Amino acid sequence: MKAKIFASIAVAITGAVLLYAVTDFPRFGDPRSPANAGIGGGSPSASLYYIENTYRDTKVPNLVTAILADYRGYDTMFETVVILTAGMSIFAILRVLRRDDASGAPDPAPASSDPSIDGDHHRIIVGTTCRIAAPLIQIFALYVVAHGHHSPGGGFQGGVMLGASFILIALSGSLRDTLVRFGEQQYLRLAFIGILIYAGFGFLPLWVGRNFLDYGALSGLLMTSGEEMARSHSMLGVEIGVAMTVMSIMFAIFANLSTRGRLRGGL
Amino acid sequence: MQPFFQEAVIPHFNFWIYVIIMMVGLWSVIAKNNLIKKLIGLSIFQTAILLLYVSLGVKEGATIPVLDHHALTESSPTESSEGPGKKAHAINPDHYANPLPHVLMLTAIVVGVATLGVALALTQMIYKDFGTIEEDEVLNQIKALHDDV
Repeated sequence: MKAKIFASIAVAITGAVLLYAVTDFPRFGDPRSPANAGIGGGSPSASLYYIENTYRDTKVPNLVTAILADYRGYDTMFETVVILTAGMSIFAILRVLRRDDASGAPDPAPASSDPSIDGDHHRIIVGTTCRIAAPLIQIFALYVVAHGHHSPGGGFQGGVMLGASFILIALSGSLRDTLVRFGEQQYLRLAFIGILIYAGFGFLPLWVGRNFLDYGALSGLLMTSGEEMARSHSMLGVEIGVAMTVMSIMFAIFANLSTRGRLRGGL
Repeated sequence: MQPFFQEAVIPHFNFWIYVIIMMVGLWSVIAKNNLIKKLIGLSIFQTAILLLYVSLGVKEGATIPVLDHHALTESSPTESSEGPGKKAHAINPDHYANPLPHVLMLTAIVVGVATLGVALALTQMIYKDFGTIEEDEVLNQIKALHDDV
C-alpha cells in the first residue's frame, strides 16, 4: 500500500513536470518544427539532407531503408548485434542441454502429450489452416524484405514476419514438428550468418582501401553502372542479413521461453 | 478552460497522449508487485517513447517517406545529363514525412522485443528458483537466505 502511495506521488510529479514542458514543444504536424526543418535560419535539420539527396546518393526511393542501411549503417549493424546478443542471453539463461533435468523435476511431456499435427484431431482445423497460411506469410515476408527499397518494408519487418510464421506453426501444431524443419542448430547458424553477411558488406570496401560500410566501393564487384547502384544492391544484401538474424532470434526466443529451455513439449 | 484547451492541449495533443501513456507505464513499473506486470509496464513505457518520436516526424499534408516514382522518372533524364545538382530541387521536403524518427523507432521496436524476451527468460528463472514472481515474496526469501548464512 505504501508503495502505491509513493508511486502515485512520483508519477503525478513527473507527469506534471512533463506536461508543463509540453507547451514549449512545436505544434503537432508543423513542417517548420526544429525536428523537421532545423532551427530557424541557422542549421538545417539532417532529415532535410536525407529527403533531398538520398535518391541522388543511393537510387533508393524508400528513404527509411536508405537511411537505415546506408547512412546509419553502423547503428543498424550493432542493433542487429544487440538482437543476436539477446538471443544468446536467452540461450545462456534458459537452455537446458542435458536430456535428464539435473534439478530432479520429472519431464512433464511424455510422447503422447506431444503429438504431431496429423495425429491430433482436436487441432486439425487450426493446424491445417495455419499450415496453409504459413507459406503465404513467408512469401509476403520475402517480398517485404526484397521490395523494401521501393515500398514500406525492409529486413527488420520481413524478418519478424518470417519468425512469426514459424511461431504460428509451432503454436497451431507442435513445437517438435517445427523444430524438425527449423532446428536449433539451423537457427543459431542462420543468426550468425546474418551478422556475418552484414559485417562482410562492411569489410569488403576495406579491401579496396575505402571506409567500413562504404558500399559505393563495391560497384566493381557487383558489376553495377555506378556507385549509387552499388549502394542500392548492397543495401539489399545487408537487409537480407538483418532478416536472417531477426527471424532466427525471434523463433529462438519463442522456442526457449515456451518450453523453459528444454525445446521439448511446449505450449 | 476553453482557451486552455485551445492553446495548450489541442495543438500539442500528441505530447499529452505520450505523457499520459508513459505515466501509466511508470506507475505499473513502480507500484505493481508482480514481475510480469512490471514488464507490461515497461512495454507501455516504451510504446509512449515510440509514439513521441513518430509523432515528431509528422508534417501536415505530407505523405510517407517513400519518394514518388512518377516524380523521379520525369526528372531522371535531366539528372543524368546535367549532374546531380539539378535533382536536389525536384524534391520538396514538405511533401514527405520526416524519415529519421521512423528509422530510429524501427530498430527500437525490434530491439525492444528482443530485450523483453530476455526479461521474460529471467522471470522464468526467478520462478524456477523461488516458486513465485511476486517481488516482495522473492525479497523475503532472499532475506531469509541471508539470515541463515
